[in-house]
Amino acid sequence: MIQFTINDQQVEAQHGWTILEAAREHGIDIPTLCYHEAVAPSGACRLCMVELKDGNWSKLVASCIYPVAEGIHVYTETERVHNVRRWIFEMLLATCPASPEISALAERYGVTSTRFSAADPDRTCMVCGLCSRVCEEVVGLSAIATVDRGVYKRVGAPFSRPTDVCVACGCCLSVCPTGAMQSLFDTVRGIPATIMTQLTA
Amino acid sequence: MAPVGKDMDTILEQYPAKPEYLIFLLQDIQSSYGYISQESMQQASDHAGVPLTQAYSVATFYQSFRLDPSGEHEVRVCLGTACHLKGGQRIVEELERRLNVEAGGTTADMRFTLNTVNCVGACALAPVVVVDDDYHANTTARKLEKHLKKLEHDVTADGEGQGHV
Amino acid sequence: MYSLNSALRVDTPRLDSAEALNAYRENLIAGQDPNQTLVVVCHGTGCMANGSNRVTAAFQNAIEGADIKAKVMPGIKTTGCQGFCSRGPLVLIRPQGLFYQRVKEKDVEEIIQRTLIEGQPVERLLYKDPQTGKRIHTEQEIPFYKLQERVVLHNIGKIDPTDITDAIAAGAYRALAKALSGMTLEQVVSEVEQSGLRGRGGAGFPTGRKWRSAMAAIEKKGRPVYVVVNGDEGDPGAFMDRTIMEGDPHSVLEGLILGAYALGAEQGYLYVRAEYPLAIQHLEIAMAQARELGLLGENILNSGFSFDARINRGAGAFVCGESTALFTSIEGKPGNPRPKYTRSVEEGLWGRPTILNNVETWANVPLIIDKGGDWYAGLGVPHSTGTKVFSLVGKVNNVGLVEVPMGVPVSHIVEAIGGGVPGGAPFKAVQTGGPSGGCIPYHLKETPVDFDSLTKAGSMMGSGAMIVMDDSDCVVDVARYFLRFLEEESCGKCLPCRLGLTRMREMLDAFSKGVGTERDIEDLISLSQAIQDGALCALGSSAPNPVLTTINYFRDEYRAHFSDHKCPAGVCKDLITFSIDPDACTGCRSCARQCPNNCISGEKKQPHVIDANQCIRCGICKETCKFDAVRVS
Repeated sequence: MIQFTINDQQVEAQHGWTILEAAREHGIDIPTLCYHEAVAPSGACRLCMVELKDGNWSKLVASCIYPVAEGIHVYTETERVHNVRRWIFEMLLATCPASPEISALAERYGVTSTRFSAADPDRTCMVCGLCSRVCEEVVGLSAIATVDRGVYKRVGAPFSRPTDVCVACGCCLSVCPTGAMQSLFDTVRGIPATIMTQLTA
Repeated sequence: MAPVGKDMDTILEQYPAKPEYLIFLLQDIQSSYGYISQESMQQASDHAGVPLTQAYSVATFYQSFRLDPSGEHEVRVCLGTACHLKGGQRIVEELERRLNVEAGGTTADMRFTLNTVNCVGACALAPVVVVDDDYHANTTARKLEKHLKKLEHDVTADGEGQGHV
Repeated sequence: MYSLNSALRVDTPRLDSAEALNAYRENLIAGQDPNQTLVVVCHGTGCMANGSNRVTAAFQNAIEGADIKAKVMPGIKTTGCQGFCSRGPLVLIRPQGLFYQRVKEKDVEEIIQRTLIEGQPVERLLYKDPQTGKRIHTEQEIPFYKLQERVVLHNIGKIDPTDITDAIAAGAYRALAKALSGMTLEQVVSEVEQSGLRGRGGAGFPTGRKWRSAMAAIEKKGRPVYVVVNGDEGDPGAFMDRTIMEGDPHSVLEGLILGAYALGAEQGYLYVRAEYPLAIQHLEIAMAQARELGLLGENILNSGFSFDARINRGAGAFVCGESTALFTSIEGKPGNPRPKYTRSVEEGLWGRPTILNNVETWANVPLIIDKGGDWYAGLGVPHSTGTKVFSLVGKVNNVGLVEVPMGVPVSHIVEAIGGGVPGGAPFKAVQTGGPSGGCIPYHLKETPVDFDSLTKAGSMMGSGAMIVMDDSDCVVDVARYFLRFLEEESCGKCLPCRLGLTRMREMLDAFSKGVGTERDIEDLISLSQAIQDGALCALGSSAPNPVLTTINYFRDEYRAHFSDHKCPAGVCKDLITFSIDPDACTGCRSCARQCPNNCISGEKKQPHVIDANQCIRCGICKETCKFDAVRVS
C-alpha cells in the first residue's frame, strides 16, 4: 500500500492507482467530465486538476492520470486549482449553453455565470471524446472518432456520413456526460437517438 | 482523376501492411492525386490495418491533407512571424479578393487553390508566397497577380517565379 | 528540383574499420588542391528563392565554354545556407575567399572575366560596410560573420551537402570512428554529460542527464530502444534546424548514430517537417551514401554495431514538435500529446525507452565526442555551455542565421551582428522562443542570451528564433498573431488550450478594436495562469507567454487601445485611418487604380483623397505609392 496525504489527510492507495481513484475511494470530491471507469483516462477536460506541494515547490497535475506515489502531498482546493476550475467552467458555460448537465456541475462548484458570450446557443458537446473512446476501447468498432483539430475538433464518423460500422449499441449515449450524443447519434447511425432509446429500453 | 505520380497499386505495394505506414500512404496519395478521396482513404486504411475512422482522423488532423480535389496551381501564403510583420495577412486578404476564393479553397475554374502556411522557414524573404514550388520573395499581391495571370494563360509556364527549390 | 551532384565516386569502398575511414579521409584530403579556383554558390532556401540555381547554371554554361576552360579550371560547388540570407544569392570565390552578394545571372560573365581570368574583384558585388561605406573583400572581414562563432555551422556553406566525400574530408564521421574504435558506451554518455550540453529544442533539458536516465530505464526494461531526431521545426520565424539538415545533414546523422551507439539502439527516426522538402532530400541522400560506405546499417565500420534510421515526413502539425505528439505521429496516428506523467526516456516511441533530441542538439554531439566534453564546456557560460544558432528575422538589417556563444547580450546579436533596425532607430523588442516565448524590450537589451537569463526576463530560449520588432509593430497585434497561430495548431484535446486560447484571442480582438477595460487585462492574466496550470502539454502551457510578457513590458500600449482608442504603432485596422498628404501626392493615380474598394478619388496631377468611410484599410495604397504620400494615423 502507498501512503500519502490529500488535503493534509493521511490516505492509503494501492500501487498503480491514480490520485483520482484514491480520492474517490476516500470520499474526497474532485470534479470530472471526461472521466469514466469503463475507459482509459484521457486527461482532456482538466477539471480534475489538483496541486502537488512539497515545501516551496508545487505543481498542478491531472488527478485522473497522475499515479499515486509514496509521501506526496495532494491538495484539491487551493487557489490555483480553483482558478483553473473556475475558468474551465466559465468557458464551458459559454461553449455548451444547452447542456443542463454542465450547468448543474458548474453550479455545484459555485460557477453560475460566465464573462464569455455563447457562440452557439444549441451546443451541448464539448468534445471530451468519451463516446469515441468507449466505441474504440469497449465496443471495439471505432465507428466514430474525434476529427479535425484545435478549435475545429469535433466528434463524427468519416466524411460526416452515417456509418454502418455503428451497430447502435448505445454505449456512447450512456457515457456522454453532457447529453450531446443524443443529437449526434442520428447523424452517426442514421437513426434518431429517441428511437434508439426506445429500442434498447 | 489520373495520378500525377505513382498510381494506387504502386503506392500500396511500397509499404508493409502496418498501422505506422498510414501517414506515408496518405502522403503519397495526396501527392499523386492532389487530394484523398473516400475510396483511396478506405484502401489506405485497409492496407495499414486500421479502422477508416483513424485514417479520417489523421487526414483531418494534419494540415497537408486535402479531402477535396485541389486546383491546378497551389498558392501558399506564408504567415510565419516575419511574414506577418511584413504584411503576409494583407497578401492573403488581397489574394482572396483577387482570386475570389477564401483561403483554403479552390477557385471555381479549378485553376488555383489558395492556402496559408505557418512558416516555410524562408524568413529572410518575407513576405513569402510559394506558388507550386516557386518561392516568391518580398512579394506583394500585385506582383503575384501578374504571375498568376501568366500561369493562367500558359499552362506550361515554368520557372517564372524567382526560383524554385 | 535542381540536379544533384551525383553521389559517390565509382570506386567507393565499403569501409570496414575506423582506420579505413581515417585513411579514406586522408586520401580525399590529399586529392584536394587547395589552390584550385572554386566558385561556391549558396543553395540555401533563401538564395535559391532569389535565383541562385540560375546563377549556378550560368556559371556551369559559361565555364563549359572552351576558352575559359583553357585558362583556368574552376570547379563549381553548391552548398547549404551560408547564413547571410538578406544578401543572397551569395557566391564565394576560392581560394581568394572573395564574397559576392546579390549576384544575378547577368553578373556571371563579369565575374568570370574579371575574377576568374584576370584575378581581380568585381567591386560592385562586394559587401559595402554600412558604417564606413567601404567595400569588404572576404567573408571573414564582414561584421556579420566576424562577430559570430561558427561551431555547429562550421561546415555549412563550405561543403556540398549532397556529397559525403566532401563532408568526410571536412571531418565528418571522425567522432564515430573515435567512439567505435575505443570508447565504451559509458564513456560516450559521460562525455556528453561533461559537455553541459542542453537541449536546443526549447526547454533546455541537460542532454547528458537525459541519456543517463535512458540508460537507467534500459537497465530496468531492456531493449529495443529508439533514438529520434526532432526536425519538426515549427516555430514561425525559425530556420536553424532546416539549415543544418539542408547544409550539413551528416552532422545530424553522425550525432544520431553516436546516440544509438551509446544506448544500443538499432533503429532511429528522423521526424522532419513536410514544409522542408530540401532538408528531407538531403537527409535521404546523406543516409544512402552513409549506408554505401558502411557508416550506417549492418555492422557499422565492422564494429559489430548495427543501426539504421528512417525519415518520417511531418504532415503539417506544429504540435508534433511536442515529444509525445511526435511519437504518436510516428506511430501513424493524429498527433495528440499523450496524457501521461512518464518521461519519454522511460516510455517513448511504442512505449519503449526513447531518446528524442532536436536537430541542433544532435549536430553538437559529434563535436563533443571529437573534441571532448571539456572543450565544449569551455564555450559559452556555465549552465549554458556551447554556442547557439539563431535565426535573426523581422525588422533588422542583416536577416539571416547567426551562431554565437551562449551568454552574449541580446544587443550583440541584434545590433552588432544584425546591424540594428533599418533606418537606425532603436528596436522596440525582440521576440525569442516563438509562440511559446516572450519579448525582451529594448531597455533589457544587455540581457545575456542563455537559458536562465531569458527565462528570468519572462521569455525563453526556445529553438532560437529571434524576431526583431520596431515602433511600427504593435504588441497587441503580435500577441494576437501568436494566439491565432496556436489556436490553429492546438491539437484541441484539452479544454484550457482549445477553449482558452480562443477566449484570450477574442479579448485581444476587442482591444484591437478599441474595446476593453483594465479588468479585461486582469482577466487575461488570470486566464493565462489557468491555461499555464491546466493545459495538457507544453504547447498549451506556454501559449500565454507572449501575452503575459507584452502586458508586463508594454501595458501602456495595451491601455492606449481601449482608453484612447489608439494603436500607437499604427497597425490595428479599426484604430487607424489612411489619408493622403496633398503636398507629397503627385496625382499619378496609381493608388486610385489599385484601390480594391474604389474609394480614392482625384483629378490627374492633382492631390487625391481617400474616402475614410469607404476605406477598408488594406494598405495597398501605401504599398503602391512611390512618393510616400499615404499617411497612417
